[in-house]
Amino acid sequence: MVERRPWLTLLAHLVLLLGVAAVALPVYITFVASTRSSDEIIHPPMPMTPGTHLVENYRGALEGTREGPGSKAPVARMMWISLVTALSIAIGKIAISLLSAFAIVYFRFRFRQAAFWAIFVTLMLPVEVRIAPTYKVVADLGLLNTYAGLTVPLLASATATFLFRQFFMTVPDELVEAARVDGAGPMRFFKDVLVPLSSTSIAALFVIQFIYGWNQYLWPLLVTTDESMYPVVIGIKRMISGGDAQTEWSAVMATAMLAMIPPAIVVMLMQKWFVKGLVDTEK
Amino acid sequence: MAAEKRVVFRSRWLPWALLAPQGAVIAVFFFWPAGQALVQSFQQSDAFGTSVEWVGLDNFRNLFDDPAYLASFWTTALFSVLVAGIGLVLSLLLALFADRVIKGSGIYRTLLIWPYAVAPAVAGVLWMFMFAPSVGILSYLLEQAGIEWNFLLNGAQAMTLIVTAAVWKQLSYNFLFFLAGLQAIPKSLVEAAAIDGAHPWRRFWSIQFPLLSPITFFLLVINVVYAFFDTFAIVDASTQGGPGKDTAILVYKVYYDGFKALDLGGSAAQSVVLMAIVVALTVIQFRFVEKRVTY
Repeated sequence: MVERRPWLTLLAHLVLLLGVAAVALPVYITFVASTRSSDEIIHPPMPMTPGTHLVENYRGALEGTREGPGSKAPVARMMWISLVTALSIAIGKIAISLLSAFAIVYFRFRFRQAAFWAIFVTLMLPVEVRIAPTYKVVADLGLLNTYAGLTVPLLASATATFLFRQFFMTVPDELVEAARVDGAGPMRFFKDVLVPLSSTSIAALFVIQFIYGWNQYLWPLLVTTDESMYPVVIGIKRMISGGDAQTEWSAVMATAMLAMIPPAIVVMLMQKWFVKGLVDTEK
Repeated sequence: MAAEKRVVFRSRWLPWALLAPQGAVIAVFFFWPAGQALVQSFQQSDAFGTSVEWVGLDNFRNLFDDPAYLASFWTTALFSVLVAGIGLVLSLLLALFADRVIKGSGIYRTLLIWPYAVAPAVAGVLWMFMFAPSVGILSYLLEQAGIEWNFLLNGAQAMTLIVTAAVWKQLSYNFLFFLAGLQAIPKSLVEAAAIDGAHPWRRFWSIQFPLLSPITFFLLVINVVYAFFDTFAIVDASTQGGPGKDTAILVYKVYYDGFKALDLGGSAAQSVVLMAIVVALTVIQFRFVEKRVTY
């Protein structure tokens, strides 16, 4: 910058620090609560420094050996379900979108436009606007309380297909010609040229879709009725039992911490891909 | 689909095989259910599904005669205005300052973007815990300040709770886009104005804000969509639409009427109304994107 305004710079740092603190506050409080006993929490004011019950609370939550009302399913199992679900959704979405984008960009066939529009229209049908009939389909197929029921209905993604289509359009035609001259068929070209070229987009999309899958709420709420198939986000909700003083807050907060850690790590470690994915998917 | 590939592969069956997985999923889990919702919205069935009767537009007529539904519309409108308004102003403020500082801007960014990773339902639980009457730290402070705080009884306080949680969760997203937009503005423009003696405040209003307007508009649409649809988890995990129906936004009502009250026809009619809203918002968004590309 061409000017010096030390006061403004100081103000900038102050505002940013305030913002960081405000953003972090709920998580800090959650962390503190997860290290305290429930008795310490429900007698206000709650202490603002970490207590001594960390190991006990987290073990109680993970193994499902805690006391008090609400669901007592072990959180370790829930974390596993969430992990499998998030990975299946992220990988499945990327796979089927790569294939359909390849078909739409690299082939001429009848109804190609129709196929494109059919995928496009799904943008306008988020799960929230068709929950009851979609639930019925899944129930009729016998997929309630299964991994398939948790993941398959969420696999179709117009955004991912568009992203790959957009990227494929920028791949030079010479590559196809060269592949042809060398005698490579379409699938060989797809596998050896197109997919490796797309690796940046794939990584970016993976971060976004992993978080999307991990954080799903409405859909698992409908299709899981059995404790042993709860993802962790649903598990937290089931632990809260109406009356506020009744809730075993220390266990709930330990579970909330556990539910936040994996996606937060993915975002922090893969920040570059995350930002790219966010910007690309909205184009 | 303006652009086309010059060189393509030839095969009769391969493109269909490649499209099959995506096609199967969208046919079974998107088009069939959406069609069902459309059909059901013209039908009336009892809770056990034994009798079904065509009622034409009755479901829609009932819907718009129902004060609870109209109230839910207003609740949703208020909620999305608050979420989008407060969220955009706060994140623009943070992005402006983050754009200004040179030392440590990367650290600030890292520390501000991670709430994106927090599930909306968890965000709802976190804020509910802090605002929980007689337990939460914020409600304790409010009581000390002489404010009677109980979001289980007071509708305005329940709305405050869900707006706070929704803004907190979306802040990182808005911040990233504003920051990217600000960094894309040529430094020479801002510096030229500074040399001409324009104050930072003046520079913001005359240069940065107008140049940001496409991004602001884009974020506005995204935030409205977010407030309409993605906040279901926040509401369900914290207030569950209460007290009474004071925080029952449209998406929550579709779920509640369909799954708790078992009014399938009414719920389907609400789904159709929501679909119309999504279509409208998507069209607005895409018209805008087209414009931005031709800039």
